[in-house]
Parts: sequence; structure tokens; C-alpha cells
Amino acid sequence: MDIFTTFFNVPVLIRAFPLLISGLWVTLEIGITSIVAGLVGGMFLALLRLYAPAPMRAVAKIYTDFFRSIPLLVLLIIVYYALPFVGIRFSPFFSAVAALTLVSIAYTAEIFRAGIEAIPRGQFEASEALGLSYRPMMVDVILPQAIKVVIPPLTNNCINVIKDTALASVVAMPDLLKQATQAQALMANPSPLIGAAIIYVAFLWPLVTIVARLEKRFNVGRRP
Amino acid sequence: MRPIISIKDLRKSYGDFEVLHGIDLEIGEGEVVCVIGPSGSGKSTLIRCINHLEAFSKDSTIHVDGIKVERGKALAQVRAEVGMVFQSFNLFPHLTVLKNVMLAPMRVRGTKPADAARKARELLARVGISEQSDKYPEMLSGGQQQRVAIARALAMEPRVLLFDEPTSSLDPEMVGEVLDVMRKLAGTGVTMIVVTHEMGFARQVADRVIFMDGGRIIEAGTPGDIFDAPTQDRTRSFLRAVLNH
Repeated sequence: MDIFTTFFNVPVLIRAFPLLISGLWVTLEIGITSIVAGLVGGMFLALLRLYAPAPMRAVAKIYTDFFRSIPLLVLLIIVYYALPFVGIRFSPFFSAVAALTLVSIAYTAEIFRAGIEAIPRGQFEASEALGLSYRPMMVDVILPQAIKVVIPPLTNNCINVIKDTALASVVAMPDLLKQATQAQALMANPSPLIGAAIIYVAFLWPLVTIVARLEKRFNVGRRP
Repeated sequence: MRPIISIKDLRKSYGDFEVLHGIDLEIGEGEVVCVIGPSGSGKSTLIRCINHLEAFSKDSTIHVDGIKVERGKALAQVRAEVGMVFQSFNLFPHLTVLKNVMLAPMRVRGTKPADAARKARELLARVGISEQSDKYPEMLSGGQQQRVAIARALAMEPRVLLFDEPTSSLDPEMVGEVLDVMRKLAGTGVTMIVVTHEMGFARQVADRVIFMDGGRIIEAGTPGDIFDAPTQDRTRSFLRAVLNH
């Protein structure tokens, strides 16, 4: 058997294609849900971390530190396999999204916090001196400036979340990787795995180059 | 002249280090006051307490137009009446010049966008920046940016304007255009407190000059009193240093 019949077996790939595509949908569903929930939660947590009363700030800090320390795979397995022992049972989809979101919130919050802290103090002072209250100050002045700073690291985080969706295959979620391994077993040929790898890379490569370009653009001509 | 600002025993500390040692000051409506003194003398801190950008000792009181300056609801009212111009302009870099001027009236006073825009154009014309209203701040020179910042403060129709070393970060050739705008403002009846190193401006425009050193008001009086007949040694040595360099 040469490398083409083993890894790039076209008839096998064609047969596996519908499975892979259905897996891709599941992957995107998990990924996009977790990304959106992570963004909303992360923004909220960042504001807590910066502006809430001291005890809540401490809780926010513990949250971010904890969920940045725990390996995602461990968290996922606890959510899906350990919690049922205390009567908490989640579907594979919910378990995957919950684990990914909990971790994504922690990273996103740190990104937003860094973005807000990068805004010069003078911007806050000018807003306050004009009489703007907290909400318009954040919405009209601070966050629009912070968004620019955080777009490259946020995109990076999106890439990581999508990559990490592959872990959902361990909780029997029929995502892209799971479908590929099943097709591989079914057809006794690893080409579907290669096909899945190609689909992951095809999706994420453009994002990776976009991040590189954004980072370059936001660094050039940036004022002190 | 009825006082629009009255400051009683203003003390401010950073940790154990007291930077303002009990300042008493009343400023009349429409008065133009210049605060001079060496760096670190507390003059910027003094005016930043007036709109509570700096918190100060609990036993000190500041009233602006009868409203006590303290954290809480009334602070919004104080800040709406007190405009501020900063040394480093602090324009909003993501908004055009016009939007910079429109923002606060729309968000604080609820002015309609069309009215805010009309008012903003008027003010920008007044400070000589009409041509640049659709540009972003970073495309303007320092002097132009500071004039926009003045227009932005004026858009709230404040009764008091605080200037925190408004020309100190400008290239020398741009100082004049900003001082010209301020000179014109001084004639409009708005109360102005100007922390400055521009002695010429202070002498010409101020109704009263305050000399501060080491967190205290050392001497206050008309420009004639302070510049021509200072009574305190420290005032004399400061003026000698800044005027004969």
C-alpha cells in the first residue's frame, strides 16, 4: 500500500465526506456557541474584576485563575463523567459547551481587562470631567478603544476554542474528530482522519493569518 | 461678587504624604484666577479636587454654586457645570473632532444629535477649527487639539472652566493660538481657574493671581500685587527664577 491509498484514499474520502461535513457542523455549533457565551461572560467578568466591590473582585480573580489552570480535558471529563455521580447529568453537547465556555470566559476576561487597562487614564478623566456617568463612559469612550486592542488576542482565543472542540469527541459528541475516527474504523483506512485535519486547518489557517495581520496593523503607528 | 466656588480647609494626602495643607479659597462668579507656582506645589491637585477627579480629606469641603462636591448623585451636577481642559488634551481618539464636542451634551444633557452638531460647529468656529471638524484628533496639531478640547468643554455650557497647564505640552509656536482662545473666553463672563506657567498670560488676563508652594497658598492678589510687589520671599524667588531665565 502506498501513501496515497493509505492516507489520501479518494474513494474512502468521498464516502466519508458526508460524515465529516455533519461532524464539521457539530464542531462549529459547539465552537460558536462557546465563543459567543465566552465573549459575553468574559466582558462581564472583566468589568467585575475591575470595578466591582472588593469581595466580588476577589471572586472574579479566583475564577479566572482557576479556569486558566485546569486542563480543559479534565474539566470536560468531570462535567460529563463525574457530575452524574451527584445526580447532575448534562447532554454531551451541553457538557462540551459548558466546559469550553467556562474556560473561554476566563481567558476572554483577562483579554478585556488588559484592553481596558491599556486605555490611558486621561480618557477616563476627560469623560468624568465632562459629567459622563459610568455607562456612557464605558460604552462611548472606553470600550470602543479597548475593542481595537483586544481584537487580535480575542481572535486568537476563538482559534483555540475551535481547536479545543475536538476534545468533545471524548464525551461521545459526534463532532468532526469523532466522525473521522468512526469513519476510519468503519472503512479500515485513516484517510478520514487526514480529511478532518485538512478541514480544521482550512478553517483556522485564514484566522491565524488574520491575527498576524491585525497585530501588525495595530502595532504600526500606535501612539504612546 | 458672590462666590461660585468656595473651598474650606482643603487637605489631600497620598498615603502619609500630605500634598495640600489646608487651602481656603473663594472664587467669585466670572472671576479669572491664575494659579502659579513651582511644579509639585499642589496647584494641579487643587483644581482637580474641584471636580473631584481627586478625592480629598473628609473634613475638607468644596462647594460649587452651592452644591457640595462629594461622591454621589450631586457630583454629576457639579461636573456638568465645571468644564476641564487638560495638559495632554485627552481628546477621544476614536471619534471625529465634531463627535468629540457632541458627545457630552448628548449623553449628559440629552441634547438631540442635530442640535448637538449645530452647537458643536458653532463652538469649533469660535475656536477656529471649523475646517477640521470631520478629522480625527491625531490628524491635528497640538494647538488645534487643545482648541478642540476647549470647545468640547464649552459644549456643556459650564459656568466654571478649569485649565490644568493647558499649554505645557505644546510646541512653543502653538502656545499663542491657545492662549488667544482663552483670552477671548475670559471676556465672556465664564469663571476660569488656570494653572499655568505663562506669566505673561497671568499678568494680562487674570483678575487674581495665586502663588502656591509646598501645598499652601503663599500669596494671592491682583497681577500687579503679585508680579510687581510680592510680599513673600518665596514668591519673589520663584518669580525671579521664571522671569529671568
